[in-house]
This record gives sequence, C-alpha cells and structure tokens, in this order.
Amino acid sequence: MVRELEKYLRPGIGVTTYCPGCGEAILMGLILRAIDELGLNMDEMLFVSGIGCAAWIPSPYFNADTLHTLHGRTIAFATGAKLVNPKLKVMVISGDGDLADIGGNHLIHGARRNIDLTVICANNMNYGMTGGQVCSTTPLGARTMTTHQGNPFRPFDLCQLVKAAGAVYVARYAVTQPLALVKSIKKALKTEGFAFIEAVTPCPVQFGRRNKLGKPADMLKDLMARCVTREKAEKLSPEELRDKVITGEFADGAD
Amino acid sequence: MGWQKVKSTLPAGSYYFSGDEAVAEGAIAARCGYCAGYPITPATETLERLSVRFGEVGAVFMQMEDEIASICSCIGASWAGAKAMTITSGPGFSLMQEGIGYAVFTETPVVIVDAQRAGPSTGQATRVGSGDIMQAKWGSHGDYQTIALSPWSVQELYDQTINAFNLAERYRVPVLLMAEEATAHLRERIQVGEEVALYNREKKPGAPPFGTEEDDGVPPMPTFGDGEKLLVTGSTHDEWGIRKITHPDVHERLVRRLHNKILHHRQEIVQYETYHLEDASVVVVCYGFTARSSLFAVERLREEGKKIGMVRLKTLWPFAGEALKDISSRVKKILVPEMNMGQVAGEVMKYASCEVVSYSQVNGEIIHPHTIMEQLRRLS
Repeated sequence: MVRELEKYLRPGIGVTTYCPGCGEAILMGLILRAIDELGLNMDEMLFVSGIGCAAWIPSPYFNADTLHTLHGRTIAFATGAKLVNPKLKVMVISGDGDLADIGGNHLIHGARRNIDLTVICANNMNYGMTGGQVCSTTPLGARTMTTHQGNPFRPFDLCQLVKAAGAVYVARYAVTQPLALVKSIKKALKTEGFAFIEAVTPCPVQFGRRNKLGKPADMLKDLMARCVTREKAEKLSPEELRDKVITGEFADGAD
Repeated sequence: MGWQKVKSTLPAGSYYFSGDEAVAEGAIAARCGYCAGYPITPATETLERLSVRFGEVGAVFMQMEDEIASICSCIGASWAGAKAMTITSGPGFSLMQEGIGYAVFTETPVVIVDAQRAGPSTGQATRVGSGDIMQAKWGSHGDYQTIALSPWSVQELYDQTINAFNLAERYRVPVLLMAEEATAHLRERIQVGEEVALYNREKKPGAPPFGTEEDDGVPPMPTFGDGEKLLVTGSTHDEWGIRKITHPDVHERLVRRLHNKILHHRQEIVQYETYHLEDASVVVVCYGFTARSSLFAVERLREEGKKIGMVRLKTLWPFAGEALKDISSRVKKILVPEMNMGQVAGEVMKYASCEVVSYSQVNGEIIHPHTIMEQLRRLS
C-alpha cells in the first residue's frame, strides 16, 4: 500500500495478519484507493466483516466504524445498521466462505431486497484462515485440505448467483487488475442498491501450495493469464473457458 | 440520557389485548426503533401488529429470512443507535443463540422475546411449555450472564417488555423476555398509564466503549456515525475494541466484568413477589403462567387453614437465590411446579436449606390449579 493511503489506517496498528504473497493485502489498498478517489468521509462509513482472512481487511485496519461480526452473517448485521441509519455508507468486506458458504442465504436475500450495501467478496477459492479447506468456490478437481483427491463438486459462479438474486451492480475482477478493480469499487460505492464485487485473489500458502501453483509471483502471473473479459469469453468454447476467470461487469443498474 | 419520563404512546386507559399484542405495544412505548423477526407460532401475532404499528410511529420493521438474520440485524441496528428487539419461539430461539452470545460479548443492548412452546425440536407448536429457561442462561457457548424475565399476565407482558428495554440499555446486555404460549395467546384487560419511565443509553464521547475502571462497570455506548471510529468485535478485545486473542489477562478480566456487571447489580435487577410467607410452612416457588394456577391453589388451601405461601419469580436470571435461601430457612418444604422437567427446581435446590420438591408437567398443557392443590396437600 502506498504511503498516501496510510491516513485511512487505524493508528497504532502496524502489522497485517496476511501471509506472504496474499492478494488480500493488495485488495485492502485498492479499496482505500477507491474511497480516496471518491473523497468519501470515513466518519460516515461503516465497514462490516465476518470471519475469515478477508474479514481482517477493515478490522482493525480501517480507521472508521467497524463491525466485525459472526461467521456468515455480515449482510444481516449490515442490513439492520443501514435501515436504522440510512446516512451511513455501509461496505461489507468478507471472503467467499463467509459470504457464499455459511452466509449464502443472507447473500441472496440481501441482493433480493436490494438494500443499499456495497459488498466486496474476496474470493481465494478456499478457507484460508482455517488451513485451506474446500469451499463453494473451489474449482472442480482442485486439491484442498479436505479434498486430497480433488474437489468432486462444481463451484458457484458468484456473480451469476447474485445477479439472479437481484443485485443492481455485479462485477468480477482479479487483484491483478488493479485499475479496473478500483474503478469497479468506485462504481459500486456510487450505486444505490445492492452492489456486489467478486475480487479474485491468490492464496499461495494454502490453495497454491496444495495445487502446486508455485511462488506468489507465479500465482499472480497465472491469474493474470487466466483472466478473460466478458466480451472475449463469449467467443470461447466451454472447453477453452474451463480454467478461465471471466472478468467484467455482469449487472449495472446505471445502464 | 439515563432515566427519563415520557408520555405513553397509547392514550392512558384500559385495553383488551392478547399477550402478543401487549408485547408489541410495550415495545412501541419503550421507543423501540427496530424489530426484525421470522414468523413462528406462537409469536407471530406480535410481528403482525408491529408490521402495522411501526409504520405509524416511524420505526423500522423487517421480516428477515430466518431467526439468525433477525437477531444479527437487531445487533447492527442497536449499534446504529436504535433500541432493537426480535421475537420468536423455541426453534427460532435455538437459531439465535450464537447471536445472543455475540450481543453479550460486544455488550449490545437487544431484547429477545421467546414465546415458549412445547419442545424439544418442533414439538407441539401451538401448545405451551417452559422448557427454554436453562437455554436462556446457557444457550450460547462460553461463560456469560444475561437477564431473563418471566411475565405471568398480559399486563406484565406490556410492563416487562418496557422493563426489558430499560435493563438492556442500562446494562448493555441482551434481555430475554421468557413468555409462554399460554400468556402470548391469552386475552386480558390491561391498564396503560399516562407516562412511562425509560432508560436511554449513556454516551460519553472519547471514552473507551468496552471497558471501565471498575471490575463490574457498564461502559458508555456510542453509536455508528458518531465519529468515534468504533471497533466492535466478537473476539476477545481490550477497552477500545482491539482484538486480544491470546492475552490471558484480557480475556479473564473481560469475562469476569461481563459477569459482575450483572451479578453485582442483582439488587436492582431481580424482582419477585411473595404471598403469605409470614406463617407458611410450605412454599410454592413459581413463575410465568404456572404462578396463576399456583396462586389460585394457595388461596384455596389457605381457606382450608393450610399454612402455605408462595414466591413468584418475575426475574429468572440472575436468579433470586439469596432471597430463596433466606425463605427456605424459615419453612419446611418448597414445591416448584413447572412446565419443564425441573429446570428452576434444580436452581432452587442450589440455595434452599429445606426439602425442595419438583413437580414437572410436560404435556403441552398448563398446570391446572387442582393439580397444584393435590401436590400441596401431599406436602402439608
């Protein structure tokens, strides 16, 4: 993170809990950059997070009101706060396991109700904090602590799920696409209604190690190579799309 | 802030309400600003009334996707500045337990109404029970204290709902109103006064929101949007909310303070009523709907000259143990009739120096006065 964004960090808290090479520290910087570029007042913002690595992005690091909640229930907590004080700009930051596995029901109902929340889901494709277990976003065949022979189940397409549930803004970008991701976070923050961004992020220590994806830099390069835009993806066959991460905006209420 | 008298929301006078409706009107009188719930028998009528009445008074009503979301959204609403409440019955109360523990540990004022029905599990959804009393004390994991109240009439459902909000705000703790199907669905006439005394949470800008100098203190409670840059977490935390997840001293101090802030204020919190104790040799210790049958039985037997008294527990947790210890030293026997397998009887036994007899009835029906008379005749 660049020095100029340090003003948004809670004083006295210096060291992050992130493993070497974790993409979530990149995401932390990109969220703050979007807030900075929009000129938002941190005193009017509320950050709500759940349990897992990504939940540590705002808590305790962001110098703003922060509600670090139970596993999976972020959107329910955020809904209550937003309805009572609509002036609060409420951003939910959590992981794929928190938002889509244990919290999947609250995610789709939040989108359906179209409550004015900005939800950032850091998708590292496994449960990083507890040692790298399979989750609902783990690719078919991928090895995790609890799928040594490869994941036998298909993953969720979170963007399609949340879009179908009614979110007005839905996008997916990887942390290897910082400019597009910052632009998307800004757009989500300006969206009135339920905005959802899936931020794909590498987990070298758990997911990368078990799937022999190399060093953190190799994982970043690999992620960069696998990202294809929505437009390009439309021209690819299902076979060609198998290992790809389709990025772009999938719903935009402003359109 | 602190205590203030405000006008009642209903015009003073007499009303004919069901227990569920009285809970809704009590919440409005207490200036509840947010209620979330999920339909469940026998609590649904409260939601039904609030969904109409909250619109009239400018409060927020939400039907959430389940009881977990209901309690969690109430906690979010409470930190955003509203007095918050959720209403449920046994199965929903079970789902809420993790959220109740979070509210305890983050010192979040919230009121939870459990209109108890016959359990376990789905049990008999439309029939009565009192099987959630121990769950109100120990339902969530870890060591903690809550406040639990046991109303016996529609009037008391109204009054104790207001009291529940006052206690929640005063002690920054979830307060559990342990209603029962029999009172939730009962219709009775109640009186509403001109004014109602309310406690509003104390704010103290710049003060630590999660710690006090005293080992039994209640910290002031700021809200989101005040510019206090709050850090609220269910992990063990210091007085500023900073996670301290491996510090033995911080955890010990926090857990003990959360106990002490309730237990050291028992004198202010615990309420009970006594009847005919002056000459009693046998005493009925009871609560909730069963106290209605018990009082009938006691009065009838006294007409026959039997020296029987009664203690009605209005507060279940913290427990009126010291009072019962004192009473037990002056009587021969205590009978504890309950619509469960003896949950409060076991607690009475911890304190009583005389013989304690548990009478359990778990058939989904209220305990009839004649049943209690029969039990008392055997004892006296």
